[in-house]
Amino acid sequence: MPTISVDKQDLYEYLGRSYTTQEFDELCFDFGIELDEDTTEDCTAGERPQLKIEVPANRYDMLCFEGIAQALNVFLGRQLPPTYKLSKPTTKLTIHKSVEEVRPYAAAAILRNIKFDQRTYDSFIALQDKLHTNLCRNRTLVAIGTHDLDTIQGPFTYEALKPQDVKFAPLNQTQVMDGPGLMEFYEKDKHLSKYLHIIRESPVYPVVLDSNRTVCSMPPIINSNHSKITKDTTNVFIDVTGTDRTKTEIVVQIMVAMFSAHCAEKFEIEPVEIISEHNGQSRLCPSVTPRKAHAEISYINSCLALDLSGADIAKLLKKMELEAEVSTSDSKLLEVSIPITRSDILHQCDIMEDAAIGFGFNNIKKTKPKSESLVASALPVNKIADICRVASAQAGYSEIMALTLCSHDENFKFLRVKDDETKAVKLENPKTFEYQVVRTTLLPGLLKTIKENRKHSLPIKVFECGDIVLKNDATERRAINQRNWAAIIAGKTSGFEYVQGLLGKLMQTLRANWIEFPKENTGRGYWIEEDSENPTFFPGRGAKIYFRAGPDAKEQVIGSLGVLHPEVMKSFEIPYAASSVEINVEAFL
Amino acid sequence: MADLQLNILKVVDKYGSVENTLECPELKSLDASTLHSNLTSLWSKELINFSKIEIEQWDLTKEAQDFLVNGSHEIRLLEEVIKSVDGLKISDVNSKLGAVGKLGQGKAFKNGWIAKDSDKLVSKVSSLPEDSVVQNLQIIKKSGTLEDKKELTELKKRKLITLNKIVGYKITKTDKFSVEIVSLETDITSEMITNNTWADKKFKPYNFNSEGVYPQSGALHPLNKVREEFRQIFFSMGFIEMPSNQYVDTGFWNFDTLFVPQQHPARDLQDTFYLKDPKVGGLPQDKEYLENVKQVHQEGKYGSIGYRYPWKLEESLRMVLRTHTTSISSHMLKELAKNPRPVRYFSIDRVFRNEAVDATHLAEFHQVEGVMAGYDITLGDLIGFMEDFFGKMGVTDLRFKAAYNPYTEPSMEIFAYHKILKKWVEIGNSGMFRPEMLEAMGLPKNLRVLGWGLSLERPTMIKYNVSNIRELLGHKVSLDFIETNPAARLDELLV
Repeated sequence: MPTISVDKQDLYEYLGRSYTTQEFDELCFDFGIELDEDTTEDCTAGERPQLKIEVPANRYDMLCFEGIAQALNVFLGRQLPPTYKLSKPTTKLTIHKSVEEVRPYAAAAILRNIKFDQRTYDSFIALQDKLHTNLCRNRTLVAIGTHDLDTIQGPFTYEALKPQDVKFAPLNQTQVMDGPGLMEFYEKDKHLSKYLHIIRESPVYPVVLDSNRTVCSMPPIINSNHSKITKDTTNVFIDVTGTDRTKTEIVVQIMVAMFSAHCAEKFEIEPVEIISEHNGQSRLCPSVTPRKAHAEISYINSCLALDLSGADIAKLLKKMELEAEVSTSDSKLLEVSIPITRSDILHQCDIMEDAAIGFGFNNIKKTKPKSESLVASALPVNKIADICRVASAQAGYSEIMALTLCSHDENFKFLRVKDDETKAVKLENPKTFEYQVVRTTLLPGLLKTIKENRKHSLPIKVFECGDIVLKNDATERRAINQRNWAAIIAGKTSGFEYVQGLLGKLMQTLRANWIEFPKENTGRGYWIEEDSENPTFFPGRGAKIYFRAGPDAKEQVIGSLGVLHPEVMKSFEIPYAASSVEINVEAFL
Repeated sequence: MADLQLNILKVVDKYGSVENTLECPELKSLDASTLHSNLTSLWSKELINFSKIEIEQWDLTKEAQDFLVNGSHEIRLLEEVIKSVDGLKISDVNSKLGAVGKLGQGKAFKNGWIAKDSDKLVSKVSSLPEDSVVQNLQIIKKSGTLEDKKELTELKKRKLITLNKIVGYKITKTDKFSVEIVSLETDITSEMITNNTWADKKFKPYNFNSEGVYPQSGALHPLNKVREEFRQIFFSMGFIEMPSNQYVDTGFWNFDTLFVPQQHPARDLQDTFYLKDPKVGGLPQDKEYLENVKQVHQEGKYGSIGYRYPWKLEESLRMVLRTHTTSISSHMLKELAKNPRPVRYFSIDRVFRNEAVDATHLAEFHQVEGVMAGYDITLGDLIGFMEDFFGKMGVTDLRFKAAYNPYTEPSMEIFAYHKILKKWVEIGNSGMFRPEMLEAMGLPKNLRVLGWGLSLERPTMIKYNVSNIRELLGHKVSLDFIETNPAARLDELLV
């Protein structure tokens, strides 16, 4: 969730009173934002105390001081939500067909006779930053350029040029560069380098040009120095370009809604006529008309266990900047005006939530859900797992819970197993080599635990009952979990007979007795047979575990046990001998 | 041994008590360790009490012993110099005195007794002075120390004396003192019971201020113990455990079905583990559902305007390690649409986040999740139910704060008042699933679904006072911690 820093004194002035940190914290809590920090105590002389406020990720209107102050002020009933209006357009922006392949959407708007001071100007810049990192997904979806309108001359065009044909001096630079030159210039830039990839490989770069073909900006990278905006700028031209049409529109709306408050004519925005060359259509941008939405009064009451009239709900919504009235055509409906600031409202459930916040979550009557005859039950595989876990602990083994992610080596090479690419699920983007694959055996986790606990008294006896993951192309999710149980004894001697005995104890618990002569005795039970193929075990000391569920069932291999190969112990840096046993407990479901 | 102990008892009896065995003529010849073991044995029989007396004492070295007989090196040299009337040739020193000459020379010079006259040593004193070194050594031999500390240090430097500790004991009688030793039995044996000899025996007293011998035992993992507590709470409230044993899922189930837009930051490579192999998942069986999900994102449906962006199937079929168990809840709710009815589901299982690992974050952890569907179920029901649910863990003071979550609306963070930290702490998240998610599945409009979740690790860390999550989950957990951990009782208030 984004954290916004606002000037404490300015905010309290706006809200008409001063708050103690605790009081303000309460206000935030009620509204659904969070006071992260009040810097008053840490301020050095001359520094202005800031409130750091965490806002919901979908409230783009609250990404700046203006939005937070307005939302809270309306919530407190100290002001009405503003009505935004458009003045007459004076200029145009034509979108050329050429931008389609690189960054197809554009919007623009003008703020006339704006008066910045240092703090509002800083807020204006900060809002662009916050929008860029949040809604604009680091400028990939949308990018904003702001210009001193008095330095450029409409009508404007938005077009895509060959990189070498783009020529301008970028912001705060005097030297004119071309597209490839700019890319090179900003390669090392801490801030801008991360955006270059968005257009770098494109055959054309998008630019916003004025009528003299002066470059205003090359989105989403940089504005030109020519049209540079300052604290003293009075007329601001905003260009917004993007790859997502909806978000391009939202961004321009948020920008003008927030900063038209500082215009001489408050909340008045000068629109720009946008002409799309490819279809010849033209429109006025931005739209400031509230969206009409309907909400069922009964739905809101039912969800919140309230019994309010439409008018009462409208009062609650007003606190959340939503104008609502009972529909003249259907008295069961509320007609709600969604202002341009509230792009987060998609459905009547969002309106319902605002009513709930207006009412106060903590004022809602607590009730108990009807509990018709509900019968609880455990997941069968968890029941089997619990049987294995309890039996192992009773047998003197300690339970561990390892991570299911491990390195490729730990799952294969360290166990002397070759990866035949048929089993393990592999990660595409791990941050460390510790998380390359999802384990296909419980052994790596047990062995790593023993390594970390090698100072523990000997023998070390540990077990785990957990999931491994195996690729499975036959299923929609292309992989399945399998519940395994495994144990290791490690110490001065290999202790094979102990894990063998532990297996016996577990089998006894699972109603499977040892069968000495599997050919003659065809009932339920288990037995082990030497397995010379398993490379994890010392030659001649490894075996397969067979299980037969009943007289009519076919026997199946459910796991293996053996003396771990010395090279395995070496790879996991364990200075002891050890034996392991591992089975798939789902055989007992 | 027994004779010696009897002897000690007799000596103690003779004197009434022994102030210091070192000064006791009968006992001073015994070495400290022999004395100690015998006194301990007598003490355990409650016949005597004893305490250790430690005395520091300077002893003469072999060289010093030689001084006492032959005089100090310097005196012996001076004697020789005085003896040779014309002075002693330096070249003769060794032949006359051996090593002593060389050793004495330095001191004699320093004391101003001799001087050098070309190749000779000449005396500067007319008669032999007193051998103060030998005198001091004699005092030390007698008393173990010397009052003149400067001189003492000097002698130590010359390696003439060494400091030794000597140990003596003070012995006193107890009220059970006797000069007779009755042997005490340490334990009741089966033989004594069958032979009936126990009645005639005397037994050693027990030291009850001790821990005893611990049984050899296995242990269950603390995190799983807390998990079990949560499971029992869910079972007691009629919840069915969901088949959460599916770590791998498609973006479709993990995100799209939950109305998480495809450009949502949670879907970034920075936050979610994507799979390289298998890379692409299969299509969901229900193609109409797939279409519904696409539409609700792309154009809006079910009264929602949607997110209005081009929804991509490739993005939806990318394989991920699930970032929450809600992917399973989504499957379960889709199944529920076949036979819609009120249900209660829960799961406690692993989830994966591509996060940088630190004291409070691991790339995998456990999520506790509850889902409750009911006709016309309300937010008041959710709040009331949370009070019951957390009440079972002894958490009673709850507050709810509006929050944002893409798949629930309203969304509420649950806060509880922490009595020790004296502040409100977030303990979980909750909300009502969005109609965009439920109606796309085909669930009836008035079958509303509540959901809530919390991590398993956080309450466990608070419960067991663990500050680093890596000490709770994974291979770095200490086996001693696992083996000595108490039972998990969530309702028990820990102090």
